[in-house]
Amino acid sequence: MMYATRARHGRSEPFAVHVGIGERLGLAHLDWPLAIAAVALVAFSVFTLGQATLHDVPGSPHYYVDRQALYGLLGLLGMFVLSRIDYSRFRELRVGIYTFLCASVALVFVFGFAARGSRRSFELPFFSFQPSELGKLLLVLALAGFVIDGARRGSARQRTVRYLCLGLAPAALVFLQPDLGTSMVFAVATLAVMYFGGVRWTHFAVIGAALVASIALVLVVAPAIGTPILKGYQEQRLTSFLHPSEDARDAGYQQHQAQIAIGSGEKTGRGNQATQTRLDFVPERHTDFIFAVIGERYGFMGAAFVLSLYALLFWRALRIVTLSKNSYGTLVAGGIAVSLLFQVFVNVGMNLGIMPITGIPLPLMSYGGSSVLATFLAVGVLQSINIQARLSQRGRFAW
Amino acid sequence: MALRIAVVGGVAVALFAVLFLRLWDLQVVSGAESLAEAQNNRTREYRVVAPRGEILDRDGNVLVANRTSLALQLNTQKLPADPAEERAELTRLGSLAHMSLKKVRKTIREQEEVAAGAPITLRRDVGYDLVYYLQENQRRFPGVQVQTVFVRSYPDGSRAAHVLGSVGEVSEEELREPAYKSLVPGDEVGKGGVEYTYDRYLRGKPGLTRIQVNALGQPTPGGQLVSEQPVPGDNLKLSLDPEVQAAGESALAAQGLRGAFITMNVHNGEILGLGSFPTYDPSVFTRPLTQAQVNSLYLDEVAAPLTDRATSGLYPTGSTFKLITAMAALEGGVITPQKTIFDSGSITVGGQKFSNAGGAAFGSVDLVNALRVSSDVYFYELGLKMWNTGQLQRWASKLGIGRPTGIDLPEQAEGLVPSKQWRDQLYREGETERPWSAGDNIQLATGQGDLQTNPLQMAIAYATVANGGTVVTPHVGMEIQDPAGRVLKEFAPKPRRHVHINRVYRDAILAGLHEAAQSPGGTSFGVFGNFPVAVAGKTGTAERTGHGDQSWYVVLAPYPNPRIVTAVTTEEGGFGAESAAPAALQILEAYFHKHPTGAAGPNGGSPG
Repeated sequence: MMYATRARHGRSEPFAVHVGIGERLGLAHLDWPLAIAAVALVAFSVFTLGQATLHDVPGSPHYYVDRQALYGLLGLLGMFVLSRIDYSRFRELRVGIYTFLCASVALVFVFGFAARGSRRSFELPFFSFQPSELGKLLLVLALAGFVIDGARRGSARQRTVRYLCLGLAPAALVFLQPDLGTSMVFAVATLAVMYFGGVRWTHFAVIGAALVASIALVLVVAPAIGTPILKGYQEQRLTSFLHPSEDARDAGYQQHQAQIAIGSGEKTGRGNQATQTRLDFVPERHTDFIFAVIGERYGFMGAAFVLSLYALLFWRALRIVTLSKNSYGTLVAGGIAVSLLFQVFVNVGMNLGIMPITGIPLPLMSYGGSSVLATFLAVGVLQSINIQARLSQRGRFAW
Repeated sequence: MALRIAVVGGVAVALFAVLFLRLWDLQVVSGAESLAEAQNNRTREYRVVAPRGEILDRDGNVLVANRTSLALQLNTQKLPADPAEERAELTRLGSLAHMSLKKVRKTIREQEEVAAGAPITLRRDVGYDLVYYLQENQRRFPGVQVQTVFVRSYPDGSRAAHVLGSVGEVSEEELREPAYKSLVPGDEVGKGGVEYTYDRYLRGKPGLTRIQVNALGQPTPGGQLVSEQPVPGDNLKLSLDPEVQAAGESALAAQGLRGAFITMNVHNGEILGLGSFPTYDPSVFTRPLTQAQVNSLYLDEVAAPLTDRATSGLYPTGSTFKLITAMAALEGGVITPQKTIFDSGSITVGGQKFSNAGGAAFGSVDLVNALRVSSDVYFYELGLKMWNTGQLQRWASKLGIGRPTGIDLPEQAEGLVPSKQWRDQLYREGETERPWSAGDNIQLATGQGDLQTNPLQMAIAYATVANGGTVVTPHVGMEIQDPAGRVLKEFAPKPRRHVHINRVYRDAILAGLHEAAQSPGGTSFGVFGNFPVAVAGKTGTAERTGHGDQSWYVVLAPYPNPRIVTAVTTEEGGFGAESAAPAALQILEAYFHKHPTGAAGPNGGSPG
């Protein structure tokens, strides 16, 4: 296999003599475009929150800004720390990581802090920690380990079923919190790791068919026979984007208002003249609908800039997939890259009215410590994969 | 593996392309529409009603003012869409307004028929406690608002009700007329009287407040975007003289007879007093009518309190018409003032006998005496002489009988002067059993028969003779003043036309009328004999089929150079001297108490 070859070359390089300061800090082999994209996104988030949420918390105009900036700095720090660690260790820790993941998402049922009918997070002294956010990364790290480890055990079909079960167990826990959006990210991350792990196309075809069948079951058959699986609001949110301009009191209202907000920004934005996102017509403007704020305030220029940063982020992530020195790195990078792409597409699509409302935050833009930290840590893992690949290739390529 | 990575890359390119295209579509292609929608989203416009102008009498006393009132209003478009929720809200609202759910729905239905889409006024004059309660519980009452509205108030109750008219919400038909094009459903306009005629002056210009609101419809800080102050309507000063008006109304009310009066300046047509009995209090229209009020205002066809009998009543006039007959005969050369006619008590024409009232016979009488004693036979002879010349009808029309007067009040009846053409036409159509005959003209000569007119037209006819031939345009509107009292416009409508009247004839007729009122043997000497101002007045007693006699009195004062004319009529009032003349006396007493003339005495006459 290609990876084995590359790994052999990499490990055979005994360079450890002339190590500069940049090298010791791991800065030399950092993927700078990736780091810059991540930092630019969180900086733009802080900038946007600073203008859009001045009056949201009475008495403290910088409530969201200060916190988001702090999360960004902590995340940046976490990224640097993780980038210095050889990600391959996570493969060895896969069972522990997986256990921690399942336990943390299960424990919110016991100790969790309930908000809006859902238990998703622990209430910590400084912020509420949502384990499922970090879980997106943990699941990729653990599942990639299981896939590499079990590559030769059982038939291909057994392996596919095993991976699916491993991935869908925590996804199911998250779904029951209930947090439909995050459980979908878990499912997508699982499929992405399996995809890069070489699961056969035919198996994906079967999974795809099963998925279509189950969607039909959940949305059409189950309500028809009187045993609905989704909660009423969930179903409404999932389907209302198909008919958005109905009654203003429906779920479609929020999405319609978000579209008006984005549209009204036109080419260059309305700045402080923005009304849709400033006067509460668009809900959750600091979290799920922050893209609408950007669209209205900064127009096509601002929104396209943000999208471009995500495109840059994804391109670098995908590039790291190709560079990874071992297949564990490939799987981890692939899982992270695809789940980021999925989150960005679903969230922005929701803001633009072409995807349902699922409550998935926009990575690095939406306000929230767990999400920002977890995304930065994921970027840190990507950086680690990049650095390890560079270290192993040093002297052979002049990048 | 390269394939798999390439596939993911391809999918990513596709997804980003979708996002970019959608973004382009929303912001660049259709951004302007969204911007308009966003602007519309965040603003609420409130019309601020302008108070209507006040209506004053000629002395500046307020006849119609405004008071503010809190109205409980409901915007039906903001009601919950769910029928059960809507029902619950209407029930809650009903209990606040002390109305049953059924009543609430009925009110909504009724007002939506008149002005669909306008806020429904459930109740006026609500208390402040209700306002505070609604403010605290605003979320439970979507679409409910309390608005300050101006309500007409009438300090003197029913005073001059028929002149003033009332206000009401503009109707759908009215909204289509150009005069109301700046209005919206729910606006108030004049619905009768001078409120209608002078609506464009009285009506103010509503102000507009556009405020910025958030998604909950709550005003946001510093969100007042536009504010146009409402412009109050201008005040209307009427020519009504408060003493004359009060005297006329109380005279009619004291007699309790259905009737009307008018007092007018003979030179310029200014109306000093105009009233009709029974009357009503216009303030009943400021709140929903009760069934009892509907019954008494609209369904009682005999009393018909809303009808202004002075301008819209139609009656034969009895002997008060003799002024017109005399004028026609004199100007037509049928008689001279000195010509005497022998009054044997009756004449017989075509087998029909026409007698004096009460079987009297006055012997040989000239014009003055004929008027003094109201000799019917004298005028029967005149009617007979002119029976097919059309002269009498022409003069009646010249003096304004049976034709529009041009008065500045919306309602008026044209009336009818029966003529040969009119009856012959009816006869040809089979509407009547006989063509025009001498008897018809004999009846007309004494104001009986088919003649239909009203105090307004009679006052004009008398004024025209008195002033020497000017047919004035009667009017109550005198001035438009701004709210500070500065005069913006004065109304002095041009005379309708001029009629040539021989001064000698005019003097003779007035002399006859003067003697009728104030010389012994005159028909109203009993009433005006002791009145200190010289007057010229004529009684009238008209027979109405199916009714008691219509009592009339028309008087010019002071004699011989009258300033005012007063016409009074009462239904089923008996002889003119019985009810109409005493009422006219009260009016003149009030007028001359206020505007004394230099001279006095029943036979004296005023100088100049």
